[in-house]
Amino acid sequence: MLAKRIIPCLDVKDGRVVKGVNFVNLRDAGDPVELAATYDREGADELVFLDISASVEGRATMIEVVKRTAGEITIPFTVGGGISHVDDMKRLLRAGADKIGINTAAIRNKSLVSDGARRFGSQCIVVAIDAKFNPEWGEWEVYTHGGRQSTGIRALEWAKEAEKLGAGELLLTSMDADGTKDGFDIKLTAAVSNSVGIPVIASGGAGRVEHFHEVFQQANADAGLAATIFHYKEMTIQEVKDDLRRKGVEVR
Amino acid sequence: MIAIIDYGMGNLHSVSKAVERLGYEAVVTADPQTILEADGAILPGVGAFGDAMQNLSNTGLDEVAKFFAASGKPILGICLGMQLLFSESTEYGQHEGLNLLPGKVIRFSGDFKIPHMGWNKLSFLQADSPLFAGLDEGHVYFVHSFHAKVELESDLLAVTDYHGPVTAIVGRGNVFGMQFHPEKSGELGMALLGNFLALTRSEKTQGAATA
Repeated sequence: MLAKRIIPCLDVKDGRVVKGVNFVNLRDAGDPVELAATYDREGADELVFLDISASVEGRATMIEVVKRTAGEITIPFTVGGGISHVDDMKRLLRAGADKIGINTAAIRNKSLVSDGARRFGSQCIVVAIDAKFNPEWGEWEVYTHGGRQSTGIRALEWAKEAEKLGAGELLLTSMDADGTKDGFDIKLTAAVSNSVGIPVIASGGAGRVEHFHEVFQQANADAGLAATIFHYKEMTIQEVKDDLRRKGVEVR
Repeated sequence: MIAIIDYGMGNLHSVSKAVERLGYEAVVTADPQTILEADGAILPGVGAFGDAMQNLSNTGLDEVAKFFAASGKPILGICLGMQLLFSESTEYGQHEGLNLLPGKVIRFSGDFKIPHMGWNKLSFLQADSPLFAGLDEGHVYFVHSFHAKVELESDLLAVTDYHGPVTAIVGRGNVFGMQFHPEKSGELGMALLGNFLALTRSEKTQGAATA
């Protein structure tokens, strides 16, 4: 049985962690590498770096962050944000990333998913989907550009297509749940998870330890991702895992 | 010194850093002489079996790996590198492996998610293996769509469960393989890698014990 995974996400801009992080005993709380190592020690199963740099220099810095991280941590990590060419993927994988997350670029250019999967293997291609409920449709719509642009694409259709194109995993963020701390979007996650045969990472809405149990049990997610609640120490990864273990869910 | 055999497949950086963190000198190399002079060798790999064997034979590194194994010094295959130790694979056609361990690499088949990706628990079958010294069973990180069927049970050191038993660690004498990524498997992964590396410092006793 595969263990359910708990994944902290770090937003990185120009080589620095930007969302507030509240770790004690860090020499440099803005250093993504040191934070990554801390999460590794605390029992994170994987990490996601989201590069929100807007400049070429910022992206170049990310390569250095990836290299240093690969030398420091002992768990797999995904890098996403601004990847629009197979060459970008290659550079990041060479630098030591295990998986590449693509979002907007995958919608704009679907062959990016298939080319990446063919060249590097499906296991390292993570398609990130930002979805929001569209009341007119009665189902979820895909948004791009960090949630700013609607696409007219149905999230369930895109999820299935991404799998066919060769995605090895989906990182599914509910824009409705994100930031609420009321729990993951169970309906969205279940709908996507039940329509694809690849793992689904649920993201957005985690506010209490039991939210992870809910999304694993009720929505069949394979992993749960969160950012601020871990950064601000509102809960630790061990607390989440203890709760899951008590409830009979396999965790590492 | 530990030689990490570079035959153009996969990310060698993480493996090499992990070896260094454990206190050993690591050299990523395709040079036969450097490999043969090393105290231990690691055969990593991500990708397709056929491509990997092709790259190995184009560079002559298949013979180097076999020669290294025959020398009695410890060699470890990781992920695809473990699969390459076996006699053959059916990944996109029929391919011969290094044939250091008898067995066949086949695709997972069934109504479940493939690849087998994520953290899964090891069951140690041969608790007295030097790889397990001081360790308890725990989770390690797997990513693979093909898995090895050993011919001899005695070569199977640990399994995991993914819709049936799956070969996780193999070993015979000085030849070892891990299907998961020890360098990506937290403390337990590092400890298993550390136990392998420790064999490179006691190779003479090992050689004698397994001869």
